[in-house]
Amino acid sequence: MGEEVKLFRGWSSPYALRIVWALKLKGVQYETIYEEVSNKSRALIEYNPIHKKVPVLVHNGKPIAESLVILEYVDEIWKQPPLLPQDPHRRAMDRFWAKFGDEKVLPSIWEAFKKQGKEQEEALSIAMENLKFLEEELKGKKLFGGEEIGLVDIALGWLANLVSVFEEIIGLQLMPEEKFPHLFAWMQVFADIPVIKESWPPRDKMVAKFQALREVHLSKEAQND
Amino acid sequence: MAREVTLLDFWPSMFGIRVRVALAEKGIRYEHREENLRNKSPLLLQMNPVHKKIPVLIHNGKPISESLNIVQYIDEVWHDDAPLFLPSDPYQRAQARFWADFVDQKVFSTGRRVWTTKGEEQEAAKKEFLDTMRLFEAELGHKPYFGGESFGYVDVALVAFYSWFYTYETFGNFSIEAECPMLIAWAKRCMEKESVFKSLPDEKKIFEFVMQLRKRFGIE
Repeated sequence: MGEEVKLFRGWSSPYALRIVWALKLKGVQYETIYEEVSNKSRALIEYNPIHKKVPVLVHNGKPIAESLVILEYVDEIWKQPPLLPQDPHRRAMDRFWAKFGDEKVLPSIWEAFKKQGKEQEEALSIAMENLKFLEEELKGKKLFGGEEIGLVDIALGWLANLVSVFEEIIGLQLMPEEKFPHLFAWMQVFADIPVIKESWPPRDKMVAKFQALREVHLSKEAQND
Repeated sequence: MAREVTLLDFWPSMFGIRVRVALAEKGIRYEHREENLRNKSPLLLQMNPVHKKIPVLIHNGKPISESLNIVQYIDEVWHDDAPLFLPSDPYQRAQARFWADFVDQKVFSTGRRVWTTKGEEQEAAKKEFLDTMRLFEAELGHKPYFGGESFGYVDVALVAFYSWFYTYETFGNFSIEAECPMLIAWAKRCMEKESVFKSLPDEKKIFEFVMQLRKRFGIE
């Protein structure tokens, strides 16, 4: 049966990586179309008219947008290996943690990254409070999914790459090992999975990009003072 | 098997309303506990330590939080009880999740800006709110419900805001019906269902509640 799977993505986006990992883990053949934020293709705007954002998965001509929605779709179409458990309560918990990552963890780490001085200290302390919840959740587990990679590992997997990139740029520890031993161990296990390891965007490009972004934010702040 | 279902709730909350509607649709009996958000119960803090927010559904001692998560959970556990909120086709299911997520991304925050701001900021909020409602109207099209022939996931997600429309309209000085008549027709159609009618608070009571909130926040 002919299956056409296309992934519209940005080269550095953590949201796009989620879909890459899910498709690769499930052995799905797909075509990648890279999009530039400043020059979106007609196709992207047609496929995601509401948000005009990547990632968008197009399966046999039908588009799906929003990375967590796409992940559940991918899991339902290509069932092995499963990303979500069968039990409804565990599924609800997985969805909870995935959302927590996007609504709290990521924004708080981003805040800590783009600020400096006292504001950065405050942002950092909020980020660490959020990380503490994840640390608790990992106790007694190798991965968030248990023995096997699951939805939450995929949703939070950006931590295993972006945190070290950010730390290199700001010269501060966002996730010190002594405070977050389980998260630290999880990052090593996760990053060692072959599909994950081979999919990271080039590190030097990442450092350059986020360094530049930080500078833009800092200069905007300076202008506002 | 003893089935224990408790809902920790707060009467004006759209997010709580969603769960009330879902439980009523499935005919599930439950204990309703009203929380005082300025004095949260130890149970709430224990059951939702991360966010400390309502709604929380407690089923056989285990908590589920985040309203859309709860609605999906109810659909999955009580899957033999009609109707199913989410469609059975995976692509339709993805579309339903997308639109429900869109409700979450836009409606609460823009609606809130309508009743908490003035002048230019309020005009901008009104425009954004109405633009969003038009998108929903377009998505609804000629279907009786977002779910098609039957009331579904996106209907639950959005109809919970209907009680708040009067408040938005009064403080914003606009008529949602004038701008989006099909959407209001949809909301009224939903209100003909007992599960919706019994779960949504009176719109005037919401308005009084918001008047109190504005006093407390020092908004004129």
